[in-house]
Amino acid sequence: MKSPKFGIVVYPGSNCDHDAYYAVKKQLGFDADFLWHKEKDLKNSDVIILPGGFSYGDYLRTGAVARFSPIMDKVFNFAETGGIVIGICNGFQILLESNLLPGCMIQNETLKFICRDVYLKVETKSSIFSSDIKKDILRIPVAHGEGNYYADENTLSELNANSQILFRYSSETGDTGKLFNPNGSLENIAGILNKRGNILGMMPHPERACDNSLRNTDGESIFYSVVKSFNY
Amino acid sequence: MYKVTVIVRRRPSILDPQGKAAEQGAKHLGFMNVSGTRIGKYIEFNVDTKNHEEAEKEVKLYCEKLLTNPIMEDYSYTISQVI
Repeated sequence: MKSPKFGIVVYPGSNCDHDAYYAVKKQLGFDADFLWHKEKDLKNSDVIILPGGFSYGDYLRTGAVARFSPIMDKVFNFAETGGIVIGICNGFQILLESNLLPGCMIQNETLKFICRDVYLKVETKSSIFSSDIKKDILRIPVAHGEGNYYADENTLSELNANSQILFRYSSETGDTGKLFNPNGSLENIAGILNKRGNILGMMPHPERACDNSLRNTDGESIFYSVVKSFNY
Repeated sequence: MYKVTVIVRRRPSILDPQGKAAEQGAKHLGFMNVSGTRIGKYIEFNVDTKNHEEAEKEVKLYCEKLLTNPIMEDYSYTISQVI
């Protein structure tokens, strides 16, 4: 099996960069390297991960300043040419601020920082990021204060029409009712794709669900899906 | 040199959880006449340009590229010459 190389961007304030590295390299055994945000070289990475954390202290707006980090021009070029990009939590917020994904993120409806496992309904398995997901519902932890996804009506209907909504917050059995929405996101949106399907942004942390000693490995199928896309 | 002040407001159509929470606090304090609390941002900075027109151009660019997210925020500004 060919192993693609994962490049994990490190911003000042990233704190899930090592989690992502640990999951991808140590747990799943794929090639991975860190990419300091001031570098202008993606080091031949095949997949770029924008990790979670609090880049630039979340000042101004989450992800707003990280979007102008020197490495981002290379990330934009990479994404535009079809390169696979995964933004997790703060990484998702950076993708939104960069306009690589549509919509924006506001504070959780409850104003509370939420840190717990949630259930995600997998809405499509025909994406690069979900083709190897066996389950219909995943259990993945969230840890965020601003995960309340918002988009205008047109954007929302486009997301639905193009099957760009990959994950919705749900119950253990897949009920996507308001009761199972932790943060107030429109239509329980937890993760979306760009139209082309090579960029994923998601608030939950799959990299924190890849180690059997944590009794939850639901996150690994997302990374396996990505790797699978290089082998077929 | 020009002194600039910018006010950033969240669009009326977009939920403002902070404003909602503050208003809830206001009600607890007994401010029963208060309604419609929305929380925005006040930003100030200087711009050193040759004239007012150039200053305005720069302020707009700064607001649109970084200080606000046009998907969810509007802004207004004042520019005054510093003598």
